Amino acid sequence: MLNAIAASNLVKTFGATRALDHFDLAVEAGEVHGFLGPNGAGKSTTIRILLGLLRCDDGDVSLFGGDPWRDAVALHRRLAYVPDDVRLWENLSGGEVIDLLGRLRGGLDARRRAELIERYQLDPTKKCGIYSKGNRQKVALVAAFASDVELYIMDEPTGGLDPLMVSVFRDCVREARAAGRTVLLSSHVFADVEALCDRISIIRDGRNVESGALSDLRHLARTAITVETERPLTGLESLPGVRIIALDRQRAELQVQPDELDRVLRHLTGFGVRALTSAPPSLEEMFMRHYDTSGEASANAARAPQDEAVAG
Amino acid sequence: MTAFTGTLPLVRVALRRDRIQLGLWVLALAGLMTMSANGFVGLYDTQQKLEETVAILAENPVMRAMGLASGANVGALVMLRALPIVAILATLMSAMAVVRHTRQNEETRRAELIGSAVVGRHAALGAALILVAGANIVLALLVAGGLMLNGLGVQGALAAGAAVGATGISFAGVAAVTVQVSERSRGATGLAAIAVGGAFLLSAAGNVLGSASPSGFVVHSAWPAWLSPIGWAQQMRPFGGDHWWVLGLFAVWSAATVVIAFALERRRDLGRGMVPERRGPARAPNALLSPLGLAWRLHRGVLLAWAVGVTVFGATFGAVSGAYEDIIAENPDAAEVFARVGGTEEPTEAFLATIIGLMATVIAAYTVPALLRLRAEEADGLLEPLLATSVGRASWMLSHVTVVVLGTVVLLLLTGVSTGLLAGLAADDVTGLLRSLTAAALVQTSAVLLLGGVVLAAFGLAPRFAGPIAWAAFAVALVAGPMVGGLVDLPRAVLDLSPFTHVPVIPAEPFEAAPVAVLLAVAVLLGAAGLVAFRRRDLVLQAGEGGPHPFALRGLRRPPGEGVAEPLPGA
Repeated sequence: MLNAIAASNLVKTFGATRALDHFDLAVEAGEVHGFLGPNGAGKSTTIRILLGLLRCDDGDVSLFGGDPWRDAVALHRRLAYVPDDVRLWENLSGGEVIDLLGRLRGGLDARRRAELIERYQLDPTKKCGIYSKGNRQKVALVAAFASDVELYIMDEPTGGLDPLMVSVFRDCVREARAAGRTVLLSSHVFADVEALCDRISIIRDGRNVESGALSDLRHLARTAITVETERPLTGLESLPGVRIIALDRQRAELQVQPDELDRVLRHLTGFGVRALTSAPPSLEEMFMRHYDTSGEASANAARAPQDEAVAG
Repeated sequence: MTAFTGTLPLVRVALRRDRIQLGLWVLALAGLMTMSANGFVGLYDTQQKLEETVAILAENPVMRAMGLASGANVGALVMLRALPIVAILATLMSAMAVVRHTRQNEETRRAELIGSAVVGRHAALGAALILVAGANIVLALLVAGGLMLNGLGVQGALAAGAAVGATGISFAGVAAVTVQVSERSRGATGLAAIAVGGAFLLSAAGNVLGSASPSGFVVHSAWPAWLSPIGWAQQMRPFGGDHWWVLGLFAVWSAATVVIAFALERRRDLGRGMVPERRGPARAPNALLSPLGLAWRLHRGVLLAWAVGVTVFGATFGAVSGAYEDIIAENPDAAEVFARVGGTEEPTEAFLATIIGLMATVIAAYTVPALLRLRAEEADGLLEPLLATSVGRASWMLSHVTVVVLGTVVLLLLTGVSTGLLAGLAADDVTGLLRSLTAAALVQTSAVLLLGGVVLAAFGLAPRFAGPIAWAAFAVALVAGPMVGGLVDLPRAVLDLSPFTHVPVIPAEPFEAAPVAVLLAVAVLLGAAGLVAFRRRDLVLQAGEGGPHPFALRGLRRPPGEGVAEPLPGA
């Protein structure tokens, strides 16, 4: 399948800081691609290079087969961008900004515009100077989704939205995918990424540490198991591929590698299983595995609610 | 917890954040006063020259508007010419600083973070006022010191410093009120600026309507001057009696405004103002939907205000130019002083040419910040989503440049037409003066646009320093130009640094195409260099935003070389 975005070996330095260090990213046409990484890992830098706002020092990057720096104007007719901290002209109304951005992208579907304003419960007559962060984000989202484009590039678009609006946003992304559009979704919110994305790329310190289909990645990560037994549990420490999160005589929380599941379950049944729950590995767990050195954070993360952002 | 808990730590934060900007303001204002004093002390070396000049300035109603005569000594003359402008700049410094540390913090949401810590409701405003009062006290001492360095009397120097500092503090109080009233920092600054303008007009009107003393060296102002802190600064009469009791008026004013501000602050919510924001249209008019339409929308408010201002100013001076001739005719020695700037012995022409030159310099103070908006849009993150549409960099930049350049030409045109029309009516020579003064104003476009070119080059080549570079260029053009440098006899090499030095002074001098063409060519070259550089460079966002955060990941980072946490199972 044709790649909407193809970047390889991207290098970008700011003074002494190397923001991108031979980073690779491939987004197929028609997919929703999750782009994850902690603050400062290089997500926004990558997006700005894709938009021709920054020029990469080294590496190859193409957008619909074109050069995002040289062909910026032509390529931008085919995409809509929602920045992470949306800043708008304070003496323009929200409705005016939506029309402006839409027209400058090459046109706006008036019916879709009205429908989206309704769905996002946005008051378009307010001046942008007094919109809250969430409302400024809605302005940018309405302008983006009302534009007839092939690619949406979104940098943490749900940061200021309430849960109701997040669900509207998810619907919009699903509609975009159903219509054959491509979405690059940079986010800290695992729930959004798990709910929406076909494939993900994880970036850390400017390098690509993981990318692939969410289901494949999940397959490689641990399953969380909670078990209660009739007799006190022993010998768990000696089993390979098991991480003990909590152990209280007859109750244990474990994380188990997929290829060790069978052996672990056999071991557990020896103690008389009274209750057992197992959960597939969450994206959050996979994510923490890549960013954590000590192992403690990953254990904490496994217990944390999934909607919680990792940082920021 | 009281309403003022946490004020002192906030003062330290504010001082830390603002030490460079506020420090530069204070130094620049003290420097301006010191330099003016230096110029006048050198120029007026005999009592006779002094008396002639002061007599003219006391007698001429137009000149009275610009300053108050308090005696025939050089200190009083320095106060007459320099005190109002330094005091006005001190009010702007103070008002802008108060807005920066209050309403602007609320806009950027810093205030919410601070407000959730152990700080009282009034701590932020209290801290801003303490900071600004401190800056004004330092300014007062530096002004006094600068005047003493020029050999002027200690008591008068101290009174002059106190007058400047007290005016600054009184408008910190005004800004403390306007930030409660307006919902946005721009609105608060605008309201404070209107108050400054009103205060200046009152003081000017009071002086114009006043009467000269029998000696001819002292003007007693009419009552409007006593309604305005800028008037009070002049009524303190440093080097002309040193009326220290006027400080009492400042004290009452400052205390009253601060009390009102705190009372208003108790009644409003964080982030909201007393006057709710007006609504806008739900759909954009077609005229807005292009880079040029957007640029016009962003610039038109400021441009309109300037247009009204220069028209009123030009018409006023045009109208009084007739009376001016009679005054000069009776003081042949004085004519020489004005001929220096006006470039001609003919008094009315000299006067009008001076006014046009002065206005052109002032209009550069429209052009420079209007073009710096390019940098502000980039740094504030407004440009990024715009350039992510099909708007190219050149088309975005040129749309702003088009609006500002045309705006500058229109402002100069209005200056020439309004001055020429009213001066022509007064002199019964409408066609002649309208034509010559319009030409005089339009040739000044070349010098103003050269400064604009400097701004564009700085924006393209050194975006982080565009603001300081642009204002430094403006300062050089002003100080080395005929309005300041020409009056105090700076060496020719220094005067040549200012583009305004090279503009032919019409109507006194004939029009010469060569210097105008050279100025315009340099302006175009600088602008083109800025455009080319901007098209080739990265977007530069404000420090701390958008760029990489090298330390943000401290807790999650591992030492280099360790690779990923653990190998993938099965890989």
